[in-house]
Amino acid sequence: MTDENKEENKEENKDKEIKSDSKLLVKNKDVVVPGQILAEGFDFLPSYGTYRKDDKILANKLGLVTMEGKVIKTIPMAGRYLPKRNDVIIGRVTDIGMNAWRLDINSAYTAMLSSREVGGDRGYSSYPKKGSLSKTFHVGDYIFCKIVKVNSQNLTDVTTNDRGLRKLQGGRVLYVNTHKVPRIIGKKGSMVNMIKQATDCKMMVGQNGIVWIQCDPKHEATAVEAIRKIENESHIPGLTNRVKEFLEKQTEKKLDIKEDDEEIRGK
Amino acid sequence: MVYKKRLDGRKMNETREIEAKAGVIKKADGSAYFKIGKTWAYAAVYGPRELYPRFLQNSNKGIVRFSYTMMPFSGMGERVRPGPNRRSKEISMVSQKALNSVVDLVDFPNTVVDVVVELPQTDAGSRCAGICAASIALADAGVPMKDMVAAVAAGVVDNTVCLDLSYEEEHYPEFTKEKLDSEHVADIPVACIPSTGEITLLQMDGVMNKSQLIDAVNLAKEKCKEIAEIQRNAIHEKYKITTKGE
Amino acid sequence: MDEDAQENMIKLLSENLRQDKRGFEDFRDMTIELGVIATAEGSARVKVGETELIAGVKLKIDKPYSDTADEGILMVNTELTPLSNPNFESGPPSIKSIEISRVIDRGLREGQAMDVKKLCIEAGEKVWMINVDVCPVNHNGNLIDIGAIAALAALHDAKFPEVDKEGKIDYKKKTSNKLPLKEDPLPVTVIKIGDYFLVDPTENEEAVMDARITFNFRKDGNLCAIQKGEDGPLTVDDIKKMTEIAEKTMKKNRVIFEKAIK
Repeated sequence: MTDENKEENKEENKDKEIKSDSKLLVKNKDVVVPGQILAEGFDFLPSYGTYRKDDKILANKLGLVTMEGKVIKTIPMAGRYLPKRNDVIIGRVTDIGMNAWRLDINSAYTAMLSSREVGGDRGYSSYPKKGSLSKTFHVGDYIFCKIVKVNSQNLTDVTTNDRGLRKLQGGRVLYVNTHKVPRIIGKKGSMVNMIKQATDCKMMVGQNGIVWIQCDPKHEATAVEAIRKIENESHIPGLTNRVKEFLEKQTEKKLDIKEDDEEIRGK
Repeated sequence: MVYKKRLDGRKMNETREIEAKAGVIKKADGSAYFKIGKTWAYAAVYGPRELYPRFLQNSNKGIVRFSYTMMPFSGMGERVRPGPNRRSKEISMVSQKALNSVVDLVDFPNTVVDVVVELPQTDAGSRCAGICAASIALADAGVPMKDMVAAVAAGVVDNTVCLDLSYEEEHYPEFTKEKLDSEHVADIPVACIPSTGEITLLQMDGVMNKSQLIDAVNLAKEKCKEIAEIQRNAIHEKYKITTKGE
Repeated sequence: MDEDAQENMIKLLSENLRQDKRGFEDFRDMTIELGVIATAEGSARVKVGETELIAGVKLKIDKPYSDTADEGILMVNTELTPLSNPNFESGPPSIKSIEISRVIDRGLREGQAMDVKKLCIEAGEKVWMINVDVCPVNHNGNLIDIGAIAALAALHDAKFPEVDKEGKIDYKKKTSNKLPLKEDPLPVTVIKIGDYFLVDPTENEEAVMDARITFNFRKDGNLCAIQKGEDGPLTVDDIKKMTEIAEKTMKKNRVIFEKAIK
């Protein structure tokens, strides 16, 4: 174990001097768990998802190791969505107040959609009068919206006043692991476009782990299975090809896709 | 000292067989089961999520809420009436405190992380098994935590300090015909943060002397490091890449 | 109810499709394991698709009810806790949980799963009391059917514990005597979504159903308990169709059940 680590050490830090007592115990894309020792010695620096304890660096969250030079950080693999400004998400209306709707956004906190933020190009351009909020959006509706602000109390404000944002009509909603959303979308949308091409589905992926699809009944199950496949296998290399093969087999269509850059670069 | 060989032949510092698995409850944000001997605990974690009623909220950080329940058929004797009772409420509280110091919810004020622990089968050491399962489930849920929390019950039987007493060992003086050095038995559940060696749960039931206490706690502390590896491996197993793909 | 979700489901059903590609009258794959809990006098773990329940049997000796002085007592309780599903609340059970528990209990008790006269030890003084507790570990719909299967399987697995001369039970020792089982009642729940009838609904399907009927059948094929649930009304023709579907499905499930309890 020690010899292997020293080899990896040399590869990662070819051009840099390292103290002889520093040891990196993990490599890029390793899954690490809280309390796991990632490195020993003072040559490495802890960052997101890691912390220093005496001469060791430990993980403080379930995540995937990402090395950036001497900085060790992890990409989280589990946990609820953390709202970020400008993220496009899907929220579900849970309550109607005097001037705003409360939305469940699959996070630790709910979001508010103020009646002043309802606008855009789908016919909601008039500012709803007070008291008639329930005529625009009802409890249970799914709204495709954008995060405008997250304040220090983690209160999130969203808007539908932007291109493409609207109440989602019909279709079906799936909850996925928010950390898998980038793989479900793919580089420049390559993965989601591949699923759309194969199944003729309309598909919207919220950064918060809520996915909306509207499909021909024949292909709905296939689209859902493809999404679940990505969710479960995202940490296993060769994902794009596997999904492509799966979709081609299920829909008997030949798919033409741009290869995911990560796959070319990857393991 | 008469108690030289344990009832099931284990060494003094040996626990019963342990089995742990993560991700066993699909609807939970994180979950696990932890089996030690015949004691078997499930844990499901939900959260962080908004906490109601509001007066329970902490505006500085999120809180952990722990619920320990024995399934009605899990006891060694009669059926356990379902629902919370005073014992289960106390165990819930000390278990929650055992986890509080590792869990870091400073980024989630006003929220709660609910930990639900239920045991289908118990044979002594149930609160420790519950804490071990809960710890895996919390990590599985992506909750920020400094380290796992491992827990095991140390014990004293006939003046001998040993680990992970079974139900039979706890009641050994009651049914043995052997002449014992001491009629006293002590049961000492201990929870520990492996990376710092800090103790977050300590209880004792029975009769023992002061020096035995320190020996018992140290024995448990050492074992907790090994248990924490098993807990971490349970999560690694979940993400293992099989050579054949699916 | 989420109307969009129901609309989408009906669109699928109109093309003869279910979300998990099953037939309308197909149960998901079922596994039944017996004797999984050493501390119980009898136990079973049943998995149907993603739904997973554990049932345990505990016995004790108690005074009979005054109006049935020569009969033992069977009680089946289903605990719906947040372990398997965040929508189940901790604390006092919701009315939905109560209904599920009572329907499972009635089906087995009134359906005479036990020959309660054979549970009498001393009329008016001592009878066997049998408690079955059903605990879900994973929830994806159809708790009534699967809970009842688990409870009945646990009863088949159960053996009387030893009783000493003073009448005290020694829970650590089991005799080889099985419980006096009788009619083997089992339920099949049929749900209606729009104009379509389905068995073994998943949670998504239960969320959009208009109505459901749980039919309890004894081993001899007779009905012994029925419960209609949800808000939607049913025509007599609907009920006729649902009874036939339930009967057909019960026959298939019986075969699986009989094999598992051998």
